[in-house]
Amino acid sequence: MKKIKFVGLLLGLGIVLALTGCNRNENIIRVFNWGNYLDESILAEFTAQTGIRVSYSTYATNEEMHTRLTAGGGGFDLVFPTDYMVERMIREDLLLPINLENIPNIRYIDQRFRGLEFDPHNVYSVPYKWGTLGILYNTAMVEALAPGMVVDSWNILWDARFGGSIFMYYSMRDAFVAPLKLLGYSINTTNPDELFAARDLLIAQRPLIRAYLGDPIKHSMIGNEAALAMVFSGCAMFTMEFNSDLNFIVPREGTNVWFDNMVIPRGARNQAGAEAFINFLSDPEIALRNTLYTGFSTTNWATFALLPEEIRNNPVYWPSDEVIDNSETQVHVGEFTATWERAWIEVLAARP
Amino acid sequence: MIKRIYQVYIGVMLLFLYAPIMVMMALSFNESPSRSYWGGFSLRWYRGLFADPHIAQALTNTLTIALLSALIATVIGTIAAVGINQLGRRTKSIVIGITNLPVFNPEIVTGVSLMLLFMFAIRVAGMGRLGYTTLLLAHISFNVPYVILSVMPRLRGLDGNLFEAAMDLGATPMQALAKVILPQIRPGIITGALLAFTLSVDDFIVSFFTTGVGVSNLSILIFSMARRGVNPRINALSTLIFLTVMVLLYLISRRDTRKERSMYDEEN
Amino acid sequence: MLKRIFVYPYILWMFLFIAAPLLIVLWFAITDTGADGQTVFTFYHVARFFRPAFAGEPFFQRLYIVVLTRSIWIAVLTTMVCFVLGYPLAYALAKFFGHRSILLFLFLVPLWMNFLLRTYAWMTILEQNGVLNALLSLVGLPTIDILFTDTAVVLGMVYNFLPFMVFPIYSVLKDMDNSVIEAAQDLGANRVQVFFRVVLPMSVPGIISGLTMVFMPSVTSFIIPNLLGGGQFILVGNLIEQQFMRVGDWHFGSAMSAILIALILLMMGFIKLIDRQPRNKDGPAEGVLY
Repeated sequence: MKKIKFVGLLLGLGIVLALTGCNRNENIIRVFNWGNYLDESILAEFTAQTGIRVSYSTYATNEEMHTRLTAGGGGFDLVFPTDYMVERMIREDLLLPINLENIPNIRYIDQRFRGLEFDPHNVYSVPYKWGTLGILYNTAMVEALAPGMVVDSWNILWDARFGGSIFMYYSMRDAFVAPLKLLGYSINTTNPDELFAARDLLIAQRPLIRAYLGDPIKHSMIGNEAALAMVFSGCAMFTMEFNSDLNFIVPREGTNVWFDNMVIPRGARNQAGAEAFINFLSDPEIALRNTLYTGFSTTNWATFALLPEEIRNNPVYWPSDEVIDNSETQVHVGEFTATWERAWIEVLAARP
Repeated sequence: MIKRIYQVYIGVMLLFLYAPIMVMMALSFNESPSRSYWGGFSLRWYRGLFADPHIAQALTNTLTIALLSALIATVIGTIAAVGINQLGRRTKSIVIGITNLPVFNPEIVTGVSLMLLFMFAIRVAGMGRLGYTTLLLAHISFNVPYVILSVMPRLRGLDGNLFEAAMDLGATPMQALAKVILPQIRPGIITGALLAFTLSVDDFIVSFFTTGVGVSNLSILIFSMARRGVNPRINALSTLIFLTVMVLLYLISRRDTRKERSMYDEEN
Repeated sequence: MLKRIFVYPYILWMFLFIAAPLLIVLWFAITDTGADGQTVFTFYHVARFFRPAFAGEPFFQRLYIVVLTRSIWIAVLTTMVCFVLGYPLAYALAKFFGHRSILLFLFLVPLWMNFLLRTYAWMTILEQNGVLNALLSLVGLPTIDILFTDTAVVLGMVYNFLPFMVFPIYSVLKDMDNSVIEAAQDLGANRVQVFFRVVLPMSVPGIISGLTMVFMPSVTSFIIPNLLGGGQFILVGNLIEQQFMRVGDWHFGSAMSAILIALILLMMGFIKLIDRQPRNKDGPAEGVLY
């Protein structure tokens, strides 16, 4: 008898939960963002200010987001794709034009980050955060392994003196940046010969590297597990706070500059609310809290002016114009993706 | 003597299983957000945890989904296992074969195909959308085979005529099931239910694709942080969950020992 | 007929939630999206898995075959280690501590903590400057460096899948009829004989469940090889995940999945053959007592 009551209780609880959160007639926006990519305490403030409630979900990769949006029925009002994904979504007609009249704070977004390649007229996207890919290195360990070595080029990742002391970034497009740039090719190459030359460089590098890792690289570098690592600037900012031996540079051959953006997907049910939220996130004070929380660079010039001086003068957080001009932004390689993919698997499947 | 050896062995295995949990608990008190840098003792992640409505919501979803899906899957799986056991040899091996297939399917494929299935049903019905209900259904569906896999071995050790004998004596199929079969296969049911609960709590991929707007569980929340860094509040949360479970287990075991002792006293 | 009543609702469930999703996978595996967006039937994606990089490339050196065999090898290792560690554990839990089911819980609770957090914790333990090496050097032992090797991958998998081996074996051993064992002893069997001739054969159904539940997730897991293997390993799980998540080629992803399932079914048929040997036609498991 007791068991039956328990079962009944559970079922009741389930039904109540299933029903709550369903269409009450309220002003609500459904936001789909990267995990841990926003200071969530600002959500309540947004609701207090505008009366719009935020239903918040998170994802880990652009492709997961894309799948949920297309095959999973969508239902989101605001998502945060990276540059190449914005381009792809525009091409697939998945985005709605943004009404900039509802976003007066757009004036705070730095001119440098407007009209970028993937959305030349900023019809569909408002930049959120950005960063570079470069080399994080442990000055003490580099000095011990190769005295007098200056870290300024991707080719250090092929230097046998650092064998077993190199972390590479576990992501197809990012791992290929180093060999492609070293060879003087575009990071968006669709030329098989260029791609295969880069692949062979990565395979040749395999005996030297300790691991291909994603986010855990930053903790391993803090713990002095290796001398060199390929990481994003935002991760580098995080590590340098805890290990004063660490430094980050963008190699002279150039690199990938990436942008995450706010876009409104087709099928959004509350476009005005989403635009209000974009406007809110572009507010200098709010953007300041967000950038301090995540460690990733802001696209907001007014926020930049508010940052503590040591961050403003830090080339990791805010690289010079030359660095940016010398770099490329990722573009979706379309049909050629399958060739990239196979080359990448060949790199990973090669036994060191 | 042999019992001693086994005790030591169990102890070593428990140490193996709990080593990472201890590391995680230690990190929840780390002032620094890096697992490689000890910034001193701090409760900051615990304070942050209680100010985070998102995590609380995800925890509720995780627990209700795990309990409900384990319960429903156990009922479906147990009844199904009993039914399967009564089939002829041929049909039986076909049904078991099909039942096992989801266990063989990579999770991501299960996740995407269930999502497509649900979307198809939604389109046909012309109503509804992915959400709590589809998430629950998905969890039940990947749990059922594990329950069956746990219950079947017990049934195979059971006398095949037991069921018929009960019905010959006038029991309805339901009575025969409840009074005769179930008590015999209880250990299998319990392990099945526990495995189902565990799988549900642990699942990320299937959940991600079968849930809808605004409905997250803890796994989705944590795995979505994999790219940008996991917030150490999650360590604090896990520590609290772990301690709660431990306290509950302790209380239950104390109650059980007392019950055993009082039964012993009565007998004497 | 009445006694089969329990199976019919399940058959319906099976078609809805097992067969239908699998048919979707199969559908994707043998179709492709043509240039004009139409769906066309083709075995292109299935064949792609086996295709050589150049004419005459030996079968077992082809890219995907190499990955597949490596995955199976890792999974076999994991399953073997799980069995060797798990059987005595299940035996001890069932024979000596059967009355304290709380112990059973203790073996599951670690799995209730998030998988990703546990795997990160293993990295903290196994790193060069990690917890394990700190402890080793504290007691004057040489340090070890196993993170990002196959040892670490197997360790991570064993850690995660061990309970799935222990539990089914435990549940068959728990209420094993002691009189059978006593009878064997009365007939003069010694401890080793009793174990190999009586206990082990009787636990075969549980062992098979355990092997299944450990082997399969090990073949297709991809987070453990990513983190503890440091990308030194690419397993079939990684391949499929990449097709679905990075490349967006569901056809090839489904084709690989279908190939994997077909392979597993073959192996299962094989296991069933062995499994059937020692038992008489449709008697219970005790039939092995000869």
